Amino acid sequence: MKTNVEEINRNIYDIKNKDDYDFKIKKGLTREIIEEISKQKNDPEWMKEIRLNALEVYNSLELPTWGPDLSELDMNEIATYVRPKSKLNSSWEDVPEEIKNTFDKLGIPDAEKSSLAGVGAQYDSEVVYHSIKEDLIKQGVIYTDMETAVREYPEIVKNHFMKCVPVNDHKFVALHAAVWSGGSFVYVPKGVKVDIPLQSYFRLNSPESGQFEHTLIIVDEEASLHFIEGCSAPKYNKVNLHAGCVELYVKDNAYLRYSTIENWSKNMLNLNTKKAIVGKNAGMDWVSGSFGSKISMLYPMSILNGEGAKTEFTGISFAGGGQDLDNGFKVVHNAKNTSSVVNAKSISKNGGKCTYRSLVRINENAKNSKCSVSCESLMLDDISISDTIPTADVKTDEVEFSHEAKIGKISDQTIFYLMSRGLSEEDAKAMIVRGFAYPISKELPVEYAVEMNNLINLELEGAIG
Amino acid sequence: MENNLLELKNLYVNAENKEILKGINLKINKGEIHVIMGPNGSGKTTTANAILNNPSYQKTSGEVIFLGENINNLKTDEIARKGVFMSFQLPEEIPGVSVTNFLKYAKNKISGEPVKIFKFKEELKKHMEQLNMNPKNMERSLNVGFSGGEKKKNEILQMLVLNPKLAILDETDSGLDVDAIKTVSKGIEMFKNDDNAVLIITHNTKILNSLKVDYVHVLVDGKIVATGSQELASEIEQNGYSKFRKDANINEN
Repeated sequence: MKTNVEEINRNIYDIKNKDDYDFKIKKGLTREIIEEISKQKNDPEWMKEIRLNALEVYNSLELPTWGPDLSELDMNEIATYVRPKSKLNSSWEDVPEEIKNTFDKLGIPDAEKSSLAGVGAQYDSEVVYHSIKEDLIKQGVIYTDMETAVREYPEIVKNHFMKCVPVNDHKFVALHAAVWSGGSFVYVPKGVKVDIPLQSYFRLNSPESGQFEHTLIIVDEEASLHFIEGCSAPKYNKVNLHAGCVELYVKDNAYLRYSTIENWSKNMLNLNTKKAIVGKNAGMDWVSGSFGSKISMLYPMSILNGEGAKTEFTGISFAGGGQDLDNGFKVVHNAKNTSSVVNAKSISKNGGKCTYRSLVRINENAKNSKCSVSCESLMLDDISISDTIPTADVKTDEVEFSHEAKIGKISDQTIFYLMSRGLSEEDAKAMIVRGFAYPISKELPVEYAVEMNNLINLELEGAIG
Repeated sequence: MENNLLELKNLYVNAENKEILKGINLKINKGEIHVIMGPNGSGKTTTANAILNNPSYQKTSGEVIFLGENINNLKTDEIARKGVFMSFQLPEEIPGVSVTNFLKYAKNKISGEPVKIFKFKEELKKHMEQLNMNPKNMERSLNVGFSGGEKKKNEILQMLVLNPKLAILDETDSGLDVDAIKTVSKGIEMFKNDDNAVLIITHNTKILNSLKVDYVHVLVDGKIVATGSQELASEIEQNGYSKFRKDANINEN
């Protein structure tokens, strides 16, 4: 056990700065508003067209008819663009004091010094800090904010932006494409192995607003990368919306690991979309810890297009009272000898609800492929809810497919056993939950595993009568 | 009295609304090994659970005294920290928590002192060798995938590491082969000194062959119907419990 309950400062995530901005778009979603965002962001004409087209798609699509109830979301009450009082900086010294303090308390500059190859930090709608190690620049690695990428690498962006995730994928993807702002762009050239991770951190401070960052990562042939995203926000009484979009291209023989620690505040609707297209003999691993949000609908997807492509999804969701976390994974096997492994876990307590929802599609051309899904949920009391909704669409017989689901509770006898070894009831439950989460936390870099244990302890604090 | 570790005074205990213990009296002093024997369902495991105040068992009257203090209503972890240990008949599995981390954490809770990791690991390794345990088990999840014998040895390992004042061994010998029973006996001998005590709960006598036992108690239908020396155990081995059942005036069924 690396961490103790006493070590946690529960206030870190909840620092509320004054809603102080350089520009905040008026609430709502109209053509005029989209045009204004585009103007504020100095979009090139082609990007403005993407936005306006996306708005039409948004208006033509219905809300999903399944999953959590989204009726409380009123786009007329959400400001989709909030520009902080800061330009993009390449030194923490230049980031305005209040914003810098927030990231300091979240430990981002420290992490950069000790264990990261590059850092991006977004505050509300704009990236306020971006940096990358000199030696990576020399090897041709690009790590910058999306706006810079649109300006400086328009051809790459045009060829990849909203191409992995089509605008009409679902209503919130269309929304994202219309109002997107911020996010990170990464390009790793052929054969370059980035040994230490890059991290982008997203912080939403402004109330009644949305964050719509776009992350576009291209890992070229034989290259490799570990990318980490972190997100948090202070809690307000009215809903905030996060509808980011992550597009990942993993070329032949390349490898990408994408890790997320999500700790949005519990008034956040997290309607995020993440997809990866995986080439021949390439590997795509997702590691995901989902703790925050009032409602989350998040199903990262790997499309295994190249022969021998592999993907692994390792994820955990932790829902407390008032939280409805509908998370899972999607995979499409679209070539021979492809493989996917899913290891999903969820914990619910105090009436929280966790749903594991997944789709496995194995196409006819995906002969000799393998897919193994395991999902396990733990409920800490009798009022919490856990559900598993797997869907499989297997179009060929020449595959190995297995699915295993387990739902459990902490037994009184287990608590008694641990208490007989001197652990208090709270310690005993925390130990069981940390152990349950261990297969996920061991996949994270050690600082993040510690953060995850802290979050677990924080979630369990006061939860036990 | 300062020699006295545990005393049960006229203890009545219910489990699932049924009266299981019907007035138990027992005194254990420092330096002693006691054995409770009895047929299935006589209340042996209930006795152990009642001492550690398992919430599934309710004391309806009587007292549990440990080191002169009534511990009837202390929480299980408080009792453990006072120095009572129980080896479980069916040890629980804790996935994702290694034997080392678990014991280090428990040792810290029991001793109230920080555990020095290097010294601790050396000690753990030494005890594992003494108990013929595979050192690789140190990094495995606690009891997960352990065989019955490995689980029981792991309980003895915990006893040695946590070093309680009173160790209650609930059916630690059951389901073990002869060699494993010898190892468990060896563990008890290593643990035992003039300042602590052991309460062995069992329904067979093999484990007693290689231990010097001070008292044997026969528990039938929630009462101690006989107390004697090691010879009492031998007698039970030959003749079973029928004599005591008659004494206790109960039916064979």
